Amino acid sequence: MSEEIDKSKRHFLTVATVVVGSVGVVMAAVPFVSSMEPSARAKSLGGPVDIDISKIEPGGMIKAKWRGKPAWVVQRSQSVLSQLPKNDSLLRDPSSDEPQQPPYAKNEWRSIKPGLFVVIGICTHLGCSPLYVPQPGDPSVGPSWPGGFFCPCHGSKYDLAGRVFKNVPAPLNLPVPRHYYASDKVVRIGEDPNGSHSSWREPLVW
Amino acid sequence: MSAEKGKRDYLDVTGGWLHRLRDWIDARFPMTKFWNEQVAQYYAPKNFNFWYFFGSIALLILVNQIVTGIFLAMNYKPAAASAFASVEYIMRDVNWGWLIRYMHSVGASMFFVVVYLHMFRGVMYGSYKKPRELLWIFGMLIYLALMAEAFMGYLLPWGQMSYWGANVIISLFGAIPGIGSGLEQWVRGDFYISDITLNRFFALHVVAVPLVLLGLVVFHLIALHEVGSNNPDGVEIKKHKGADGIPLDGIPFHPYYTIKDICGVIIFIAIFSAIIFFSPGLHGLFLEPANFEPANALKTPADIHPLWYFGPYYAILRSIPNKGLGALALLLSIVILFVLPWIDRNPVKSIRYRGLLYRGLLFVFVLTFIVLGYIGMQPATPFWAEIGQRLSEMYFLFFAVSWVYSKPRSRAYLVITFICVMAVISLFDWVSWVPSAAVLKMYSWLIPLVYCSIFLLLPAFAGKFIEPKPVPERVTMK
Repeated sequence: MSEEIDKSKRHFLTVATVVVGSVGVVMAAVPFVSSMEPSARAKSLGGPVDIDISKIEPGGMIKAKWRGKPAWVVQRSQSVLSQLPKNDSLLRDPSSDEPQQPPYAKNEWRSIKPGLFVVIGICTHLGCSPLYVPQPGDPSVGPSWPGGFFCPCHGSKYDLAGRVFKNVPAPLNLPVPRHYYASDKVVRIGEDPNGSHSSWREPLVW
Repeated sequence: MSAEKGKRDYLDVTGGWLHRLRDWIDARFPMTKFWNEQVAQYYAPKNFNFWYFFGSIALLILVNQIVTGIFLAMNYKPAAASAFASVEYIMRDVNWGWLIRYMHSVGASMFFVVVYLHMFRGVMYGSYKKPRELLWIFGMLIYLALMAEAFMGYLLPWGQMSYWGANVIISLFGAIPGIGSGLEQWVRGDFYISDITLNRFFALHVVAVPLVLLGLVVFHLIALHEVGSNNPDGVEIKKHKGADGIPLDGIPFHPYYTIKDICGVIIFIAIFSAIIFFSPGLHGLFLEPANFEPANALKTPADIHPLWYFGPYYAILRSIPNKGLGALALLLSIVILFVLPWIDRNPVKSIRYRGLLYRGLLFVFVLTFIVLGYIGMQPATPFWAEIGQRLSEMYFLFFAVSWVYSKPRSRAYLVITFICVMAVISLFDWVSWVPSAAVLKMYSWLIPLVYCSIFLLLPAFAGKFIEPKPVPERVTMK
């Protein structure tokens, strides 16, 4: 064996050791990073919930809890429904082009049944829960208010189809969850109709 | 180390056995060497004023937070069902529990008071400039770790403001394109802020971040002792050394500054105790009233605002009516502090010799920061939103003007900069124009106009306001 040091071999071995070691560190990090994802229990607790809507009054609202968030069912009268298209010019996304609702709720009412509006009551700005202010011209919002949802935190405004107005901090319409009517009296939140699975992905800001 | 002539060696008093113990240790561990290098023979400028108290006071608060934190953790339960009640239990049933908890909660706010004063000192005397850039960056990393520590600690009492404040801040991750929502869910470990989130925030608050914080403090001190302290004159004391190699304007940190700092500590503890014993919530500033109500996922408090020390950044976040851009402005407002050493490259360090306009600029910046903090805690009315937007512009303009003041500029340069800055601001106003708020917008437009006229246009025509004074060779004693 010669006394001379083979520098290129030494360099290769050094680099190879560092590379293999780094790969090992990254792989060892996987279980730790992954352990911070929602656990199996958290996922199953996040399953669908049923809401009894038989006792809802005209213009009234039922609040339920789904995945720790307020899920609302709002009963909309005919006058509210006729007001909705008049808001279009004031809205950021009047035709609901952003995927803030499953495909079966992408219509002018943003709902399956026009009279019943199912929505997640979380402002798309910073996650506060907006107030239900259905009365047009309500003094707490202003004389030009057409009725809708008003977020007291940073002043975001939505109409009664959860569509966001222009020039407020919230970027997107209120999210509509997957839901269907299991019967005339029960709406199930968190599942598509008839067990079908639409390719729709839940929107970014929830 | 042999005792100097005429100087009493306290180790001799006990008949010399302490001497022998010291020598025994020194042969095995560099105890005396370390003490001398870092404390007894670490030479600091002799002209430190009271602004130099805040580093050691910050260290004292760090110890206070760790010690009180350990004792709180003995009785606190990090679970959604019992967290709120366990804090009440600490307050009412644990012996001296109220004191330990108030020392911790008031300590958190005082930590930020002291750190802000410490940072202001650094800006005032140009302490971030060469060769202290890394020292500044380690300090900024400490500040960042402190913000993370305070944010996660604030969730633990599981009150309404804990819950909704965390909701707002975590949802900021959602503004990142592409990975936003996945990241948000990963941080929470659930579809919403739940027991799981509380549990992990507890782990991070009591183990992970404190370890990072301690490591960063060590790095900060190593960097400080490598380059040596700056001083109110901003002159390098290492330039003038005596025959013994000791800076002529330096005095040993111990006993001179250890004893002086104790005087600062006494004053600090007097103020600290007054708050703890007479007004631990400081009228909703240190403990918010909404947090005395347990967290409720279905009911948002009427107004969500962070604790006072995040106020300025929160105001900047809200100043732009667009979530993505608002979050970006928030990020930028912190990142820009990191690169301050490369923005302000004026060779004159201390504010004492930087000319009238720079003094004014820094004074207005401090005022801006304080008023932004106030706005951050107010409900988002159109008026405050507008003022917040103008002050956010002034926050960033401080850095722009600092950059302009880095070296002598020609009249044309200053005038063109003025026109460009006002054009950018006006363009931004034009893009976000709302007819209903036009009057307010037009009036508030005067704020950046006056600001830029004073700090960019005035020096173009009256250069003496920006001219630095001659910097002395040696430190001065006032």
